[in-house]
Amino acid sequence: MSATDVREAITRAHHEEWARLVAALARRFGDLDTAEEAAAEAFATAVERWPADGVPPNPGAWLTTTANRKAIDRIRRENKRDAKQMEAQVSYGEPPEPLGPIDDERLRLIFTCCHPALAPGTRVALTLRMVGGLTVAEIARAFLVQESAMGQRITRAKAKIKAARIPYRVPSAEDLPGRVSAVLAVLFLVFNEGYLATGPDTDPVRHELTAEAIRLTRLVRALLPEDGEVAGLLALMLLTDARRTARVTPSGELVALGEQDRGDWDTALIAEGHRLVRERLATGAAPGRYQVLAAINAVHTSARHVADTDWSQVVALYDQLVRLDPSPIVVLNRAVAIAELDGPEVALAAVDRLADALAGYHAFHATRADLLRRLGRRQASRAAYDRAVELAGNTAETAYLTRRRDQLG
Amino acid sequence: MQYLFSVIHDSDALATADEMAAIDVFNDRLQAEGHWVFAAGLGGPDTATVIDNRGEEALFTDGPFVESKEYLVGFWIVEAADLDVALKLAAEGSKACNRKVEVRPVL
Repeated sequence: MSATDVREAITRAHHEEWARLVAALARRFGDLDTAEEAAAEAFATAVERWPADGVPPNPGAWLTTTANRKAIDRIRRENKRDAKQMEAQVSYGEPPEPLGPIDDERLRLIFTCCHPALAPGTRVALTLRMVGGLTVAEIARAFLVQESAMGQRITRAKAKIKAARIPYRVPSAEDLPGRVSAVLAVLFLVFNEGYLATGPDTDPVRHELTAEAIRLTRLVRALLPEDGEVAGLLALMLLTDARRTARVTPSGELVALGEQDRGDWDTALIAEGHRLVRERLATGAAPGRYQVLAAINAVHTSARHVADTDWSQVVALYDQLVRLDPSPIVVLNRAVAIAELDGPEVALAAVDRLADALAGYHAFHATRADLLRRLGRRQASRAAYDRAVELAGNTAETAYLTRRRDQLG
Repeated sequence: MQYLFSVIHDSDALATADEMAAIDVFNDRLQAEGHWVFAAGLGGPDTATVIDNRGEEALFTDGPFVESKEYLVGFWIVEAADLDVALKLAAEGSKACNRKVEVRPVL
């Protein structure tokens, strides 16, 4: 077996086994910190040993045995089995409540990391570390913070989980919808940070984050196959990610949806996304926010040319979305579709009504700029582009907006 | 495991009759379900005295140890299996007394 094969085997094992390993260790030892360290040590040992000894026939079992041994060593070494920890161990080690079909160690881990008693940014970091297996350095880089600050945030979160006894379990049926939506919010945040990466010197799209978000959402989907919003979020991510390569030029400029080369869209991802949307429609259940967003993206990705877009369908879906989530940003996006259906004048009136709420949001000014341009109001359009460029954080968007402004002449 | 529910408010006005009635219902439930440890309302920050006896002799200072717009007006100590249980109880407690509640584990 070549060195490359071994490296690939380790990467694969990391993708497939990390979350399961951390989850099982957390359950057995009653402590996320121990679980995380032991899992990391087991992988470090694999990196050392597998090139010489060969990849074990069952990498998952090998990692579990190794990690368990590491955890026991660590506990002995630090001799930290004081009364508190014993107590924690008993609480996590209780015979599990009757297992529903959705019970899985990894699911417990996800719900713990996305617990509402943790700050949203902390939930994201903890999920990427514990469930995604990203290193603290990788997470710090992804969110443009110092590694030491990110390390502290994660350490504090683990300490709170332990001291305040945030439970390690799948929430009751009554609490499940609210808790699932907290998990989905975390996954969507990770995806969006990858898709609309912010920061002056960052790549406009950070595929490692979008890919990680999709991978974790697939996992949640496998664990909660009946949940419509999980399916909706996965479809939304797939249909968005399918357009990734068409969305940015080689020189790093954003390409608007209407101007993308649709031949560059990933047909496999689109087919999978459409399948999920159809599956949800077939249930007849009232869709939530992510399902409606996925449906909107399904309409866009069904059109071979932008001129074929069924705008009345898009507007109807936005109407549905406004009823679920009447936030100004949703109303703004609806106005973009209105411009196609009823013309830029009607859309501009709708956008201008959002001026107070969205004055600090670059997309508000970018949308106004485009509508004003289409109405021939060059002066006003230029001012709006100026404001949008000032506020945009994504390098590809800045490049696109600057060019559009300069083309006004 | 025990949790301290601190009741936070910007006035030390006593609970209204309606609030008092809701608090009684909530307290009865805490007792019936085995969560009850202790609860009390507190006098306002104006009634506080800080004592520092770390040095040679005890120093008494009038007023609270920290002035703030919102302050502790009362508390519960409850027994709960974990934070999820505690947070649910605290949400009901907040509704009953019509004030904010901070939850902390008792170590």
